[in-house]
Amino acid sequence: MSILVSHLSKQFGPQKAVNDISFQVGKGEILGFLGPNGAGKTTTMRMITGYLAPDAGEIRINDIPVSEENQAIKALIGYLPENNPLYLDMYVKEYLRYVARIYNIDQPWKRISEVIGMTGLSTESHKLIRSLSKGYRQRVGLAQAILHDPEVLILDEATSGLDPNQLIEIRQLIRDLGKEKTILLSTHIMQEVQALCDRVVIINKGIIVGDGNIHMLSQNLSNAYRVEVIFSRPVVGITLREISGYIRHDDAGGNRYIITGEESTLNEAIFDFAIRKNLKILEMSTLRESVENIFQQLTTKAS
Amino acid sequence: MRAVYLRELASYFSSMIAYITVGLLLAVLGLVLWVFPDFSLLQTPFASIDALFEIAPLIFIFLIPAFTMRTFAEEKQAATLEVLLTRPISAWHIVTGKYLATLSWLAIALLPTLIYVYSIYQLGSPPGNIDLGQIGASYFGLFLLGAVFCAIGVFASAQTSNQIVAFVMAVFFCFVLYYGFYFISRIASFSGSLDAIIESLGIDYHYHSISRGVIETRDLMYFICLIGLCLTWTWVTITKRT
Repeated sequence: MSILVSHLSKQFGPQKAVNDISFQVGKGEILGFLGPNGAGKTTTMRMITGYLAPDAGEIRINDIPVSEENQAIKALIGYLPENNPLYLDMYVKEYLRYVARIYNIDQPWKRISEVIGMTGLSTESHKLIRSLSKGYRQRVGLAQAILHDPEVLILDEATSGLDPNQLIEIRQLIRDLGKEKTILLSTHIMQEVQALCDRVVIINKGIIVGDGNIHMLSQNLSNAYRVEVIFSRPVVGITLREISGYIRHDDAGGNRYIITGEESTLNEAIFDFAIRKNLKILEMSTLRESVENIFQQLTTKAS
Repeated sequence: MRAVYLRELASYFSSMIAYITVGLLLAVLGLVLWVFPDFSLLQTPFASIDALFEIAPLIFIFLIPAFTMRTFAEEKQAATLEVLLTRPISAWHIVTGKYLATLSWLAIALLPTLIYVYSIYQLGSPPGNIDLGQIGASYFGLFLLGAVFCAIGVFASAQTSNQIVAFVMAVFFCFVLYYGFYFISRIASFSGSLDAIIESLGIDYHYHSISRGVIETRDLMYFICLIGLCLTWTWVTITKRT
């Protein structure tokens, strides 16, 4: 396991920011780290990067325990903190040269131009960081995080403040990076999780309330399956009860029905029903729980 | 450490900070030494530059804290310190890198004042009739004094994310260390007993001891210990995170 977090706790005064959480991220996996504001995401990430020392528990990266003093382990991690702090009075290239110097990168300029190309900074690379737009600053933040080619990337709200086009580019970059690297990505943008992550860990008030892939999580939450179907002609509501496993239905108008059933074979049951009733199915789709729904249910259930 | 040192130094010179502070030091010293009649070297009958070493500490009490106030406070404010501390560089190297950069600035700031020494040297009768050994020792003392103030400034800057708080704190500590102990030792009830000990706690005492041209180990140790104390405390502050 690339990142292994076990029984991690951190307390600030009377408040338990992180309370006995455990999860792991495998190599080549992009893990979405979800949670409402103040859930403990940033605190957890700060502990993984070695910035904060945990009160209890352990973090291992490539099986080596993380500690503040362990400089070698820090070189394995690339970190983009929340709000992307940068030296505004430095030039983009100057800043990256400085970062390269800290990591003792061989042939720094070659690597810097490589990373500038990857992050799409070429046109802005000669500018002062202060004069960059938020989207480009975010790219500089990403560039400094990947400059030393770390195995593990910790990205705290990496895509905040990007416009839709930039969003697509940066997500593509993260996806490409995720093929070889281990990425822990915190966000509260739900589409991002759907677009990028193999798995999500949902945290609320310092405890993990969900861990798994999005589909699995939605299944665990409710045993009901919902299918939206459009028939060729109206159906009398009562007859829909003949569908095996039927629970209830909603008439959405225009021959469109949302049918809730208790079995995963609901689609087949509807199909059989249509044949029996000599109905034509014009459209049929399974309704999945959206990440928003999962998120809301999990984080409000716990509180 | 080298990366931090170079970045700091570059930031002094890419912004106006270095130019303004060095310029200010030269301007004030120039005015006092050559223009203001109370101190003006042109009015004194001796080719001596002692006035420079009397005035410079006073300027340093304000100038050095103004210069060093940003070292850590700015990085704390912008949260860049957080990123820096997660990089493979020890906190001690961050502190020493930044501190050495302030020392380099100090050396650069003092360098142009040699022009004043040269001027006095030429003004002597006959030219060159001046105690160069004593001036050398005085410069050494002044550099050590500046080095202590820099360490205090770096320390104060690490305590807060507000640069003004850092400045005020540093001025206060510099003032207490430089003048405070001397004045406390003058309190009547200490006279004859503790006054010598209290006075020897102050920078002023050791600075003047070196300025006389005698570099003693105990004076050197005093400055080195003070710098070490400030930097260690700075290191403790930035490693202790809650």
